[in-house]
Formats: sequence, C-alpha cells, structure tokens
Amino acid sequence: MKFVDEYRDAELARGLGAQIAALAEPGRHYKVMEVCGGHTHTIYKHGIEAHLPESVELVHGPGCPVCVIPMGRVDDGIAIAKRPNVIFTCFGDMMRVPGGDGSLLEAKAEGADVRFVYSPLDALKIARENPDREVVFYAIGFETTAPSTALTLMRAKQEGLKNFSVMCNHVTIVPPLKALLESPDLRLDAFIGPGHVSTVVGCRPYEFIPRDYGQPVVVAGFEPLDLLQSIFMIMRQLSEGRAEVENQYGRVVFWEGNPRALDVLQEVFELRPHFEWRGLGFISQSALSLSDAYADWDAELRYDVPGVRVADPKACQCGEVLKGVIKPWECKVFGTACTPETPIGTCMVSSEGACAAYYNFGRFAKPKARAGA
Amino acid sequence: MADLEEEVLARIERQRKLRPRFRDDRITMAHGAGGKATHTLVAGLFERAFANEALAELADAARLEVAGLNLAMTTDAFVVRPLRFPGGSIGELAVNGTVNDLSMAGARPVAITASFVLEEGLDADVLRAEAAAMSEAARAADVAVVAGDTKVVERGKADGMYISTSGLGVVDPRAQLSGRSIRPGDRVLCSGYVGDHGTAIMLARGDLDLDADVVSDTAPLWPLAKALLEAVAPALRVMRDPTRGGVATVLNELAADGDVGVVLEEDKVPVRSAVKGACEILGIDPMYVANEGKLLAIVAPDATDAALAALRSASGGEHAALVGEVADQPAGMVLVRTGFGGTRIMDMLIGDPLPRIC
Repeated sequence: MKFVDEYRDAELARGLGAQIAALAEPGRHYKVMEVCGGHTHTIYKHGIEAHLPESVELVHGPGCPVCVIPMGRVDDGIAIAKRPNVIFTCFGDMMRVPGGDGSLLEAKAEGADVRFVYSPLDALKIARENPDREVVFYAIGFETTAPSTALTLMRAKQEGLKNFSVMCNHVTIVPPLKALLESPDLRLDAFIGPGHVSTVVGCRPYEFIPRDYGQPVVVAGFEPLDLLQSIFMIMRQLSEGRAEVENQYGRVVFWEGNPRALDVLQEVFELRPHFEWRGLGFISQSALSLSDAYADWDAELRYDVPGVRVADPKACQCGEVLKGVIKPWECKVFGTACTPETPIGTCMVSSEGACAAYYNFGRFAKPKARAGA
Repeated sequence: MADLEEEVLARIERQRKLRPRFRDDRITMAHGAGGKATHTLVAGLFERAFANEALAELADAARLEVAGLNLAMTTDAFVVRPLRFPGGSIGELAVNGTVNDLSMAGARPVAITASFVLEEGLDADVLRAEAAAMSEAARAADVAVVAGDTKVVERGKADGMYISTSGLGVVDPRAQLSGRSIRPGDRVLCSGYVGDHGTAIMLARGDLDLDADVVSDTAPLWPLAKALLEAVAPALRVMRDPTRGGVATVLNELAADGDVGVVLEEDKVPVRSAVKGACEILGIDPMYVANEGKLLAIVAPDATDAALAALRSASGGEHAALVGEVADQPAGMVLVRTGFGGTRIMDMLIGDPLPRIC
C-alpha cells in the first residue's frame, strides 16, 4: 500500500532498534510513556517492542478516549438512549463500554435505538432523515475529534436542526498530563507526544514538561517507524542531557497546530470547571461542554439524566493502568474476569485500551521474544 | 517480574481452553458475527442441547453414514443487506455458501433446498432476479435446487428477503479431513485474496462514503477442494472457508481443534491493495473480514508444493499462497509474524465490526 508500507519496513526498524540500543546507558532503565491510545495500538499490533532493548520500557498512558469515560457518564448516555423517541448515536468502541448497569450494546438488544457512526456528521444526516425522531450524538475524544463535533454543531445551528443534540464528553490533553506528572507513584523519563491531538493543538502546549519537569517530549506519528524514530529522538535527548519538545510527525503536525480548528473549538465549547476521568478522578478544567450559544443543542440540558457518580468496580484497576502505574497483566482481573468479550473496565474495551491491546496482541509477544533471545 | 507475567498468562490460557458456557441475558448482534460470541453460543448452548457425534465436530457440514453411503449435510441462512452488491447477490451467495460448506467437508455437492422468507411489499422483479441468480449459480456449481418453502411476513419484519438453505453431498472417498489430524510442521495454504466479500458489502452499503473497486469473491469452492483431494488427499488434513470472522477466526478454530499453534506470516497472506486501504481507513484487520470464495487448507509439509500447484491450476486458485505453519506451541493459539518484524497474538473475532454480511 503506497505511503503506508514505507513506514513499516522491517529492515529500517532493525537499524533504528540498534541505534536506540547504542544510546542506552548500561545499567540504566528507561521508562517512556506513550500518551496516546493510538500509539499503544500500533506498538502491539506491529510488535514494536521486538526492536527495543530490554532496558527501554514503554508505559501506556491515559490517551484512550473511550477508556477515560467514567461509568456514570455511560449510565447517563444509556438513560438518554432508552427514551422512547431517541436515536442514540456514538462511535463503535463506545457501545461495549460497561456502565453501572450494562452497556449501550445491551441497551440496544433491549430495544433502544442505538446506532454506531463513523463521524458526527453521519449523526446529523440521521437527524435530517428522521425529522420526527430526536437524534443524540455521544461525543467523545480529545482535541482530535472535538473540532468535527464542533463543525457538526455549527452546521446544525445554521440549518436550524432542532431534533439533534450532543452529549459532550470531550476532554483535553494537557490537564491529565499535569496530573500524571504530579502523581507520586509514577516516575517517567520521557513522553511520546500524541500525534493527532497535536495536529490541532500544536507542540507548544507541551513546553511545560521539559521546562518544569525536565523531561523530553517527542510528538510522534502512528506508523511503527514513526514510533521507533521518536523513541530514538528521546534517547538522543536523554543521552545528550537535553529536555525539549521535538516534532517527529512534521508531515502532519505544525508547531502552532491548526488555528482554524482552535477557533472552531473556541466558538462552540467552553471549559468545564471539573470533569471526572476514569481512574484519575476529578481533574479541573480538563473537559469541554457546549458554550451558551449552543445550549439548545446540549443533550445534558435537554434531557434529564441521572448524573450520578458511579464508583468503579472494586476489582477493576483501570485507574492504575491508565496512569501507567501497573501493567495490564498486573491487574487482578486481567484476562480472567475481565476479557474483551466481557469487559469490566474500559481499558479492555477499546482497541486503543492498554488492556485490550495487550490481551489481543501482546500476550505472547514478550515471553516468546525472551525465549528466542 | 517476567516469571509472574508468564504465570498470569498461563492461567489465562488455561481458562480460555475451558469449554465455553453461554451465560448472556440477551442475543446481541455479536452472537451472529461468527466470532467468539457465536462460538460461545453454538458450543455453549446448541451443542449441549443437541449433543451427538456428527454435530460434535462443529465442522462446516456434518458427515453421516447412511445405508453404507458417506454423506455430508449442511444448512445455512442468508440475511445479507443490501440484497445485491458488486460481484453478487443474496441468491448467488445462498447457493455458493451452501455448496462451499459441503466442499469443505470433502463432499461433492449434489442437491440443495431453499426456504424463502419474503417481506410483504417486496418487488416481484427482485425475487425473479434472485431466482435467476440462484439457478445460474446452481448450474455453475453443478447442483440442483430440489425442494423449497415460501413464507411471507408483514412489512418491516424482514429486509426484503431472507433465504435459508440445506445441502446434501457425497463425501469423496479420498477425504480424511479433521481438525484433530493437524500436526506440528504442517503448512497453511490460502487459496487467494482475502477480505474481498466483507469489504465489498461494507462499501456497497454506502454509509461510509468510501469508494473502492472491490467486488465480492462469491464462488463455488468444489473445483479447488477437488483439485486438492486429487493431488494430495492423504496429506490434506483439513479445509475451511473463512466466511464470517475471517481467516483469523478459522485459524483459531483449527488451532483449538488440533491443540496446536498456528504461526501466520502476515505479509504472505494475499490482500488486494484496495481492500487493505479500505480496512486501514476503517480500522479493521482484513484477517477478520469475511470471504465467500476462498479456502484455507492445512497440508502435511511434504505435500506443500503439490497442493499449491493444484490450487493454482484450478479455477479461482490462481493466487494461492503458503501463508503459515503449524507449531506445537502455543497450543490452541494463533501467532502472527508482522511484516515489521514483531510477533503478536491473533484472537478470534470479538464483537461485530460489520453485521449482516451474508
């Protein structure tokens, strides 16, 4: 496949792996967090760890939009979905996320009209085609997907489409990173910065990480060679004693981001004073809600939702996994009570979730690699 | 720490090998997707309820000895949406799907039956076209449609039409096929490009706003099965057609049946670049996408070249390839060697990326 295969070349990967190994100081252990769930998926899908020396450990971060949705917000969505006249739309991953009492998929089997869409614009199309029904889009994601939700809302407003609304769960990337860096139970050496989020926000928002915490950040693309190259760039910074924000994904990410997209976000959204993140707890100013100008399209204002905070199941350790404090397999229920077909926690649901990625792809890669070594 | 990790993984593998129980409260679309939920439903509910020897193989078709004859019998239902798609239609799919289930059991298809569940208001020309498509497909596959049934349900109760079939075949005396006969060292062959059917349907639905030149691969597989039986019969362990759940799910079933590991070379599996591109955009792995005219065969190592040559010389097998190997470990699992030089697990399909494809 053109423009993709070039980034999956095993020969180049071996070369980069050797260069990374050469930069690693003997006896030192490196912990590098990939913030973004898309990176986690690539790491496991292509088996990137096979090219890394054992002293370089990848720690999975909180950047999986499905994984960070707390149970209470799932329940709120289900409550709306179960209303008689509602067509409830969301991304496919979201449907299997367990709430306090079942998932959207189960609500669908019980009769709720839940449909998965690839884009919020598809939800808008459904609203146009079903003028006598109320269509709700359950919006999730970081700054990556927020602009498309914003554009959809702007279009709904232009068209005066009254049977459409959005339940907004958009979150922002910087506050959870700050929370992680302040967390006492995690010591990291560097960050692989999220690629697609950065196409919108640019590289500048991460400058506080090297400045205040002395750790390198390299914004990376999503192909396996992108990731290896970004790890190489991190190792080069560490070996030279530098800590800076660098951009590996220059073919897509501009330093200042996408000003047009940022303007759209500014118009449609405002910061919530605080928002609950699964496993991380409440983080202030870490999520978006619709601005007053779009209040008429705000599902949370339109419908009565329980809005109750639901505690995570006791056995579930998604929080620690999301913070990178434990590896997926160290969770007590991993792979036994909690599997992709019957997930307890969100990390086991999304293909970007650390647990699902490890369960589906990673389980055998490491022992196998060790046995072969 | 590494030892602890392996201990956890070993515990999970033990648990995975237990016979599944069907515990769900309701049927969801995932139960029809051909992956893990389907497997749990079939093995956990139906197999327990109907327990008998012929069923226990859970193969594409049951083998029966009746009055000294070795017969194969199968049944299949078709609920595809849309009814017509690039490269085929529900009627053609119904005939080919049924004869393929027989063919994979090493049986020459002889006769099929068809039941039609029609929705009130269906355009009669649509039905005429499907009858013609079935007749044409039956002629091409050299089977007769020998009996049928018709039911009509109220408007809104069926998407135009559903077709349910059964098929009868005569088992080729050379066929000694069973997943249990798979041995470490055996080779895995694939008869051609995978992922075409599922991708064609996905694009034909038009809700993805994606265009690509992909047509369904629906075709009868008996010519390929026959070629393999003629060329390497004693060395042919098993054949399967990777329909719902795709190559990944079939290989997992075979790994479990043979209690062996299967190592797939990702780069060697033929996938058209249009299919690869569409799947890449949608975040779907082509190994999980349905096929309707492809087979996977496992053969003893010394028969590999002869089997490949036989496939390639038969109609529909021109792009056949050696795609993997059977190992003793990890038993019951499928590993993929990625083109990037890594290794990962390939599990059965979980959930349902794409409902109603056949």
